[in-house]
Amino acid sequence: MKAPINYAAYPDESGHFGPYGGKFVPETLMPALEELEEAYLKARSDKDFMAELAYLQRTFVGRPTPITYAQRLTEHLGGAQIYLKREDLAHTGAHKINNALGQALLMKRKMGKTRIVAETGAGQHGVATATVAALLGIECVVYMGTVDMERQQPNVFRMRLLGTEVRGVESGSKTLKDAINEAIRDWVTNVRDTHYLLGSVLGPHPYPAMVRDFQSIIGHEAVYQMREGEDGPQRLPDVIIACVGGGSNAIGIFHPFLNFENVRLIGVEAGGHGIEGGEHAARFADPKMGRLGVLQGTKSYVLQDDDGQIAATHSISAGLDYASVGPEHAWLRDQGRTEYTYCTDDQALKGFKLLCETEGIIPALESSHAIAHVMELAPKLPKDQIILVNLSGRGDKDLGTVMKVF
Amino acid sequence: MTGLERIRATFEQLKQEKRAAFMPYHAMGYPSRPITLEVISALAEVGADLFEIGIPHSDPLADGPTVQTATYTALTKGTSLADCLAMVRELRASGVKQPFCAMSYYNPLFRYGVERFVQDAVSAGVDGLIVPDLPPEESEDIEAACRAAGLATIYLLAPTSTESRIRMVAQHATGFIYLVSVTGITGARTELPSDLKDFVQRVRKHTNLPLAIGFGISTGSQAAAVAQIAEGVIVGSALVKAAGSEDGVAAVRALGAELAAGSHGLTRV
Ligand SMILES: Cc1ncc(COP(=O)(O)O)c(C=O)c1O
Repeated sequence: MKAPINYAAYPDESGHFGPYGGKFVPETLMPALEELEEAYLKARSDKDFMAELAYLQRTFVGRPTPITYAQRLTEHLGGAQIYLKREDLAHTGAHKINNALGQALLMKRKMGKTRIVAETGAGQHGVATATVAALLGIECVVYMGTVDMERQQPNVFRMRLLGTEVRGVESGSKTLKDAINEAIRDWVTNVRDTHYLLGSVLGPHPYPAMVRDFQSIIGHEAVYQMREGEDGPQRLPDVIIACVGGGSNAIGIFHPFLNFENVRLIGVEAGGHGIEGGEHAARFADPKMGRLGVLQGTKSYVLQDDDGQIAATHSISAGLDYASVGPEHAWLRDQGRTEYTYCTDDQALKGFKLLCETEGIIPALESSHAIAHVMELAPKLPKDQIILVNLSGRGDKDLGTVMKVF
Repeated sequence: MTGLERIRATFEQLKQEKRAAFMPYHAMGYPSRPITLEVISALAEVGADLFEIGIPHSDPLADGPTVQTATYTALTKGTSLADCLAMVRELRASGVKQPFCAMSYYNPLFRYGVERFVQDAVSAGVDGLIVPDLPPEESEDIEAACRAAGLATIYLLAPTSTESRIRMVAQHATGFIYLVSVTGITGARTELPSDLKDFVQRVRKHTNLPLAIGFGISTGSQAAAVAQIAEGVIVGSALVKAAGSEDGVAAVRALGAELAAGSHGLTRV
């Protein structure tokens, strides 16, 4: 028998998850990463810091978010029992605030910096960052691709209302990847007083580990709620399903379940217009373009061409429209602990509609990818099986996109 | 002679002549393949001592708008890593003798295959390698391959680098060390930072390697000022911008001559 893996021991000291992760950044940023790691390690074992974080999670974010038994969806699909972890009910409407609050508080209490830069794709991370910046009184600039600004207009307006400066990015594909490039360039230039508040389990060490830890509150709550909570089934789920952009909501719910070997963990990537044509963001599903590589500070699976140039991606959901995936996902996949699948834009839209009509919940298009996979899987499972879906966000921001379709 | 030895010999020679090296960067394939070859030949004639061969990448996160636009143009014209090496080969065949340092982000090299790249680069006539998003912590494979092939491994240091990082980078670097003059990305600037001298002195405490300063240098007088405190003057964006102008080769020749005079004209103190 194989010895059990000690998941908590990853990443190693140099920030690697086996062959993945690491720190691939210009020298100018290396001292800032060392400083960030030190501050983070200190904060994690600082009772006052953790107490203040917990207080704000309760009183400002509204945690714990509930789990909802999706009775009509379960009946409709006719198979496994379906529960939803309601990150859409967190303040600002997505899980992104868990990480934004953690990092902003870290910067404010433990680092001598006064300014935040962030990138955003769907705008949810940007709104979350703008929100905590307003809460804590921190200057904030958010970079956003102009294509994403167009498809997520309400979030652009929200950020501005919250006092954040939104800078449109015109380079490259004008989406999330390009926004990250610009945010990193700003950070390189202003690193002495600026913290880069990265929004997913991406980028150089310590970001993938730190963002995972701030998001793991989702999974910790879910373990309790499922097993012991009054609204849960009094046992752990058999399957957990989450959408995977960079992978932060997925790792947040997966991580506390890693040691429960019987719980299947499934990540759903964006299949866009389908894998064959190359217009997608499914890093694990396309063996031709999805190859080991380095993008924006970390080594992982990267959609790229034969020359190592980063491929253009497509997804109807801005938050999943990214060429790489968090290094820990790549590593967990190699260990056989997590599985990944994808669904297309059309499938996601069907998931979106079904959840609206059966449960009275308008999901984010990102989260709709997870629902779409539930539609596929639940009918195949017996009725005594339980699926827990991470409903990472609500769909108000997507109405513009969806209105063009329905 | 290996590439590393050629780079050493270049700095040794310049030291005897009490001059600093003029080290132009060019974005390979910009604005076109033929003009790239002409630009580098022109710079070789007006006094370049060592070249940085910029290999285009889709996501150049350490570069400002000028180099971003240039490398993007090169990519849209189909310039691949293999094309860049072919251009080096052609320049060698046409008589360009100065050392070439390939400057590439990591992913194109990684995808090409680190060992295969190093072999092909050496056979094309490349002498050193600069990978701006690869700190020594991540460069074990590349260093081993470069060492075996006699290619210089050039690292960057920044004004933000701590003493311990300077010490570490100095241990890994061969050929010369690239000092980033500003906390920032590439791009021409009107003034040199005031703390440059302090930065150079902090690095000198830990190494005897030649130090070359780059980022932001755009005029002959800036080059002259840098030549007083360092062994090399690296100029990128200003020359790239010139190369993209209407009579690009002539513009590069004129600016190159000015920068070479600045770099060479003054005795190092
Ligand atoms: C609601 C929602 N879910 C998921 C994602 C994807 O990010 P991640 O994979 O890091 O959870 C986003 C990103 O913007 C989002 O807004």
